[in-house]
Amino acid sequence: MTTNSHITTDTKPTPPVQLALGLLFGIIFGFLLQKGGVAKYHVLVGVLLLEDFTVVKVMLTAITVGAVGVFAMHALGLVKLHVKPTRYAGNIVGGLIFGVGFGLLGYCPGTGAAALGQGNWDAIAGIAGLMIGSYLFAEASGWLDKTLMKVGDRGKLMLPELVGLRLPVFLVIFVPLLIAGLIVIDQVTRR
Amino acid sequence: MRSSMIIPILVVLVSPAISAAQEAGADPLQYSGPAWSPYLVGALIGVLTMLTLYFSNKPLGASTAYARVAGLIGKGVAPRHTQALKYYQDNKPVIDWEVMLVFGAIGGAFLAAWHGGELTGEWLPAMWEARFGEGSYALRIGVALAGGILMAFGARLAGGCTSGHGISGALQLSVGSWIALICFFVGGIATAMLMFRL
Repeated sequence: MTTNSHITTDTKPTPPVQLALGLLFGIIFGFLLQKGGVAKYHVLVGVLLLEDFTVVKVMLTAITVGAVGVFAMHALGLVKLHVKPTRYAGNIVGGLIFGVGFGLLGYCPGTGAAALGQGNWDAIAGIAGLMIGSYLFAEASGWLDKTLMKVGDRGKLMLPELVGLRLPVFLVIFVPLLIAGLIVIDQVTRR
Repeated sequence: MRSSMIIPILVVLVSPAISAAQEAGADPLQYSGPAWSPYLVGALIGVLTMLTLYFSNKPLGASTAYARVAGLIGKGVAPRHTQALKYYQDNKPVIDWEVMLVFGAIGGAFLAAWHGGELTGEWLPAMWEARFGEGSYALRIGVALAGGILMAFGARLAGGCTSGHGISGALQLSVGSWIALICFFVGGIATAMLMFRL
């Protein structure tokens, strides 16, 4: 088997090799989420109560390592970037609605799957809700695309561009800042 | 002089209220933490994002999997209506890489919990029960369902979730991802504080 299929578009069905890779990467992801404690209800609610900072530690470390790794690989021509589009209205309104849902459920889409795997059966209700909410969004998508999603559409805007720095310069400043943030959080939090 | 008087008075007035809220709300730190160092796990997830981009040309993300499966169910129940929806014209409801990723995550978490002796097999998280009462199944299921609905709607509006925006998007320095990530926490902190600390 060769990995010659680096071009996957939405219109073509995903090749079986990629489906198998998705499953494999998912198993690793779920394993890591559970070992990191972020499949646990009290750990996830704990970060929202600003009492348990496990989630912040996992996320900031992943962002730091991933940013260095992904941009290094991109500079070597090994990977393509997938920068998410910036749409101010959608990001803010959607982000806040997501947050309220996150507080109510106590799991997010990735950690909800991990919570179910760990045996937290209440995640089943959350997953049912995630599917209902997705379909409701699809019902409203025609209207939302013409209205809210157009407000503040800035395309694939990146932080270096926003502050007017070249990517390497930005990373040289930003990565040490992330590490310093992690050190401070490690020192001042109990967990 | 006056301000130095006010602070101890405030502390005396407020501290019983705080301790009462703590008792009623349950302390997350009294339950088990992560099995592995969160820094090790975070670093390995960072490496995983590199692997998924290299081998699958896909950023790590979970929320669209639920939309695809919902679309598949919708296609079974009301095929014409589902296919007419703008979102499903742009994002075909099929079993794709991300759906497999989420299925895999369920299995991977099972393996990790089994390996660490952390399988729970319960409908109510202990911290939920400490706050909302033993046997509050109907309330939990209702709140979890409502939470899931809002979360998926918000994720689609925002363009991603805690994985897609919070990890993959943020590490690729997308401005929208950082805004969404901050908003996830603003909404989440407000909601959790109202639920557990009021």
